[in-house]
Amino acid sequence: MTGQTNATSAITAADLAFTYGERQALQDVSFEVMLGQAYGFLGPNGSGKSTLFKLLSTIVPLQRGRVSMLGLDLATQAAAIRRRIGVVFQSPAVDKKLTVRENLHYAGLLLGLAGRELGARIDQILAAAELADRARDLTGELSGGMRRRVEIGKCLLAKPDLVLLDEASTGLDPKARRDMWALLRAQAGLTVVFTTHLMDEAVEAHSLVLLDQGRIVAAGRPAALMREVGGQVLEIETPEAPVLAGELKAAFGVAVQVVDGTLRIEGQVVHELVPKLMQRFGERVQRLQLAHPSLQDVFLRKTGKRFVVAEPEVPAKHGRGRR
Amino acid sequence: MMRAVRALWQREVVRFLRDRPRLVGSLLQPIVFWVLFSGALHGSFKPGGMDYGQYFFVGTLAMITLFTAIFATITVIEDRKEGFLQGVLVSPVPRSAIALGKILGGATLGMLLAMLFLLMAPLAGVSLAPERVLLGLGVLALLAVAVTGLGFALAWVMDSTAAYHGIMMLFLMPMLLLSGAFFPMETAHPLLSWVRFVNPMTYGVGALRHAFQGEVAGVPSFPVCLLGTVAFAVLTFLLGSFVVTRRSVRDAA
Repeated sequence: MTGQTNATSAITAADLAFTYGERQALQDVSFEVMLGQAYGFLGPNGSGKSTLFKLLSTIVPLQRGRVSMLGLDLATQAAAIRRRIGVVFQSPAVDKKLTVRENLHYAGLLLGLAGRELGARIDQILAAAELADRARDLTGELSGGMRRRVEIGKCLLAKPDLVLLDEASTGLDPKARRDMWALLRAQAGLTVVFTTHLMDEAVEAHSLVLLDQGRIVAAGRPAALMREVGGQVLEIETPEAPVLAGELKAAFGVAVQVVDGTLRIEGQVVHELVPKLMQRFGERVQRLQLAHPSLQDVFLRKTGKRFVVAEPEVPAKHGRGRR
Repeated sequence: MMRAVRALWQREVVRFLRDRPRLVGSLLQPIVFWVLFSGALHGSFKPGGMDYGQYFFVGTLAMITLFTAIFATITVIEDRKEGFLQGVLVSPVPRSAIALGKILGGATLGMLLAMLFLLMAPLAGVSLAPERVLLGLGVLALLAVAVTGLGFALAWVMDSTAAYHGIMMLFLMPMLLLSGAFFPMETAHPLLSWVRFVNPMTYGVGALRHAFQGEVAGVPSFPVCLLGTVAFAVLTFLLGSFVVTRRSVRDAA
């Protein structure tokens, strides 16, 4: 990563670092997002993805590193960048006391639209988001999925070149999530950068970055990342994991990992091992699972730990919070 | 920029008018205060030789703008908590427009309620001559911008509505009490008498008295009151614009 921008690059970030007081939230983060891509950041809570999102959305100032977005420098041209991006936050930003149309109307005014142009654009958005029949309803009366579509609609009003989504599908059911992505995919040529902790959402990205403790631990196409792990993953639950790990290694000559009390064996033809393993050690095995590698396995291989999602990520506050 | 100001201003007004309990509470509270104080002190307290109901009427107008400003600017904290503010911060709106929109929105609500209360002026023996009303509304507008600007600046740097309430009550209630809104200050303890001159609300309330009641003993002259109120409004607007333009990691909250 060079930090230079080419004509097909939507975002080029080099050597990003960010701290909240003493806590290092991001360190040595570099990546490049190509125009028209859906680019994902996957990581557990505290991995730094929300901090990265706040940097890219210009909410917080750049502390270290260089970022070029749509050919503009994030450090010096944040205002110009804001004119060309749409942002959807993890926490809902719609006004529940206003109707769907009013939410879009005020968002449009904030984006510099007005008059007939704004009215026509709102109509287009309402139709695309399948909310035309709910336009006069208070947003507080809508379902979570509909409210999210209003938010996506707000960010699409000014036809941005780039949309940033911070865990935007968290809390949505699968249909609502599909509807949200369908609305985004309907915008031709739109670049979408999103953070998520949902594996099945991350796997849909053109390119994906795995973050852990503020660092990039893997990057590439999701399928390629999963291929790196190997053809198959065998997980064995047993009450005597460390002992059995040694015995399996001695018996079959394979590498065995112990992760959270579970044995893991990765390889191209691990399935051939299963009958032999069950024949010799079957009575000591509680549960056995054979699967193709997932992004969870990629994360596990890169960090040595499982991908655990707890509460929604909340940025740390320090002291009295100087502005 | 003006579209953004309009959006934020209009949103404040629409939300207020749609919130019936808030609307009714904001309107009735000052009326109840005025009726109770006027009734209780009717026979015993005649500041400047006038009936207390007449004296306190102007004070109530100032109180309306102040309380409305407090409640209107609480929405800054609510907007941050509900995520609306983040959406505004990432829009291409100059941050000073955010301050202007919110302050004008809150000030408009104060003006609106004060104008409704003005309809009770005949009951208090306060003249509603057109020239007085026009002058009074001009002063009210300045005062509303001033106190809303102050509330906005305080709300912007606060995280909780409870803390904001505490701070507002700690600073703004004494400002109102020592402004001559409730009682004349010229016979107060020398220390308090000195404080009133550095209290910007003194000039706002004084200007209102000049507008609606003419010359009143112990109140600075109208030009001084007007100048003090203009300065109060300009300073608090600049303060609001200053706090809102500062970006920091706290914006991430």
